[in-house]
Amino acid sequence: MTMLEIRDLTKIYRSGTFGGELKPALRSVGFDIDKGEVVSLIGQSGSGKSTLGKVILCLTPASAGSVKFEGTEVESLGKAELRDYYRHVQGVFQDPFSSYNPLYKADRVFEMIRNVYFKDLGKDQWNAKIDAALESVSLNPADVLNKFPHQLSGGQQQRLLIARALLLEVKLLVADEIISMLDASTRVDVLNLLVELKRKGLGILFITHDLSLGNYISDRTVILREGAIVEMGGTQRVFGNPQHPYTKSLLSAVPQLHKKWNGHGVEARTVAAAAGLEPSAVAADSEARSEQLAAGESKRYSKGPLHPSGVPATHSYSRPGASGSRPSLMEGGGPAWHRRRFPGAPKMAAVTAAARAPQRVEYEQDHFVAVGD
Amino acid sequence: MSLKVENLKVAYRTLRGDVRAVDGVSFSIQDGEIMGLAGESGCGKSTLGNSLVYMEGRMKHLDGTVELDGQRLPIGDNRAMNHYRLRDVSIIPQYAMSALNPTRKIGRMAADLLKSRGVAYSEVREEFERRIELVGLPANVLGMYPFELSGGMRQRATMVISTLLNPSLLIGDEVTSALDVSTQRAVGEMLMEFRDLHFVKSMIVITHDLSVLAQIADSILVMYAGKLAEKADASTIVNKPLHPYTQLLLASLPEVGLRYDQASLVGIPGRPPSLLNPPTGCRFRDRCPFAFARCAEEPPFIELRPGHQVACWKAAQDNGTVASQAKTEEAPV
Repeated sequence: MTMLEIRDLTKIYRSGTFGGELKPALRSVGFDIDKGEVVSLIGQSGSGKSTLGKVILCLTPASAGSVKFEGTEVESLGKAELRDYYRHVQGVFQDPFSSYNPLYKADRVFEMIRNVYFKDLGKDQWNAKIDAALESVSLNPADVLNKFPHQLSGGQQQRLLIARALLLEVKLLVADEIISMLDASTRVDVLNLLVELKRKGLGILFITHDLSLGNYISDRTVILREGAIVEMGGTQRVFGNPQHPYTKSLLSAVPQLHKKWNGHGVEARTVAAAAGLEPSAVAADSEARSEQLAAGESKRYSKGPLHPSGVPATHSYSRPGASGSRPSLMEGGGPAWHRRRFPGAPKMAAVTAAARAPQRVEYEQDHFVAVGD
Repeated sequence: MSLKVENLKVAYRTLRGDVRAVDGVSFSIQDGEIMGLAGESGCGKSTLGNSLVYMEGRMKHLDGTVELDGQRLPIGDNRAMNHYRLRDVSIIPQYAMSALNPTRKIGRMAADLLKSRGVAYSEVREEFERRIELVGLPANVLGMYPFELSGGMRQRATMVISTLLNPSLLIGDEVTSALDVSTQRAVGEMLMEFRDLHFVKSMIVITHDLSVLAQIADSILVMYAGKLAEKADASTIVNKPLHPYTQLLLASLPEVGLRYDQASLVGIPGRPPSLLNPPTGCRFRDRCPFAFARCAEEPPFIELRPGHQVACWKAAQDNGTVASQAKTEEAPV
């Protein structure tokens, strides 16, 4: 059953001296997360990954589109309903240290949950609950309780925050770059923990810029570029047989132990082999479709090295929508909730104009690729 | 021989005593070599790198010598080191993205820096612009403030400024860590290009990510808790590591294509020991799956195979080439 449903989600930030410029952070993003499913959201810095996480967690309003959790529109939730929503949907963020108040002991984060959600629970019951949560993130209570954040390692801090989320009946975890600050040796533990939680039925949105980590853990993959989805589908389909040139260039840039970066771009076949897929099977009818896709591709992707002089092409992108004729702010309206929550929000017409997203084509079952972007 | 470090010991002064972050480290780097320095956080990697360029006030040079191109570097003496900085040794600091002065335009900042080295900006300007373009930045970044550049662009600008005077040794501290994959690759390839173009003679690249080092480094030095654990050329470290710590570090890296249902990765349990009162014997003993009685003694850092040095009793035993001095005192297990 679809747990989280994201449809045509658009987020526009204002920038420029007087906020007159519109900067699309998300452009018509749409995908689903099922129960017990790990979806990894991959993209470079500035691609809108974290913005999406924030919108799902209601930390910032969307400019257009909808996020539905178990059939309910998230934007429409009132204060009390929002509290219930957070009972099921929680986030963990990149820098564990800045998630704690350094003046208080680290387990204060548990007390704050108790004050809001478990006021009536007795002390023994509460402690048993904490112990169970710590157990499920494989932390020894004696190691972490009653300590200050600086006395804990990064991995412990991060696992403590996951334990905090588990105290609630959390169904969806938004994990925003939760392991990029950790050492290689400790990040594996956190990854394996997520795998275990997933097996228990937790849905996870795993936001990362590291493709190998995304591939390791996720069932489905969404690749984001400049706020728009360029490719999405089953992880093995996307990584095994990447279709969009951007996905290919990302894959070729991943540092690997036993394979040197060579040339530019990557052969889909070797990656397919690495992903344990039969290359002939995926390559069978891919050529005709590749041509079809290539026809719609923009020139900056069609040929040429990843970085002509040591620089990835990404820095020279013109931002679609932001350039050219700037949309007028005076036109259009937008839904009432939208204006209420975000008084200075760009008007609807401006939003739609700025957030023009590329068209998506179904390349094969459970594998979508953007064209004309 | 470009760089030669002998028995270097550096400590941090704290209220509770000296923290020996680098404790008796000896190694050398050839001309044209890129040496990777790997290890977990808190292993003394950055301290080692920083101590070759700039000792902070709380850092103390306890012992050991550093020789660069036959000259001895006065690393303990901040003032005397000024003569060598940027010209002979240079560093791309950790978080290089935020290393630039936010109130100065890039060109102006470089000019200030050069002036302090007694070099006129006008002499170098042309070369500066050439290199800025070489790394793929438009020449007009010289007239821009750091906040006008993206993280990757700032990183590249810092790299160009650090290497402007063609230093003999460049230290890159976590240069690729905060970057996403495609920028990471670009920066990694640029480092190699800088070496090939002789902008720098040799390089120490500090990172905790062995897969990046496997791409760009010629040799890899693995540090653990202030001591050297293993040194060999990059392919040997990646393919045939002897030290258990290196083996575990490598095992914790996910390869592209690997999925949780195919093979489960393992981390290294525990964390590096506190260096305030480091444990005696092998410092990796508590976390090592192969630890045995002998590990209570400190293992010597010896060459077990040609060009492959390891500090581990287990590895020495398995490879049967225990150095003569160790052989005499071999105890029954």
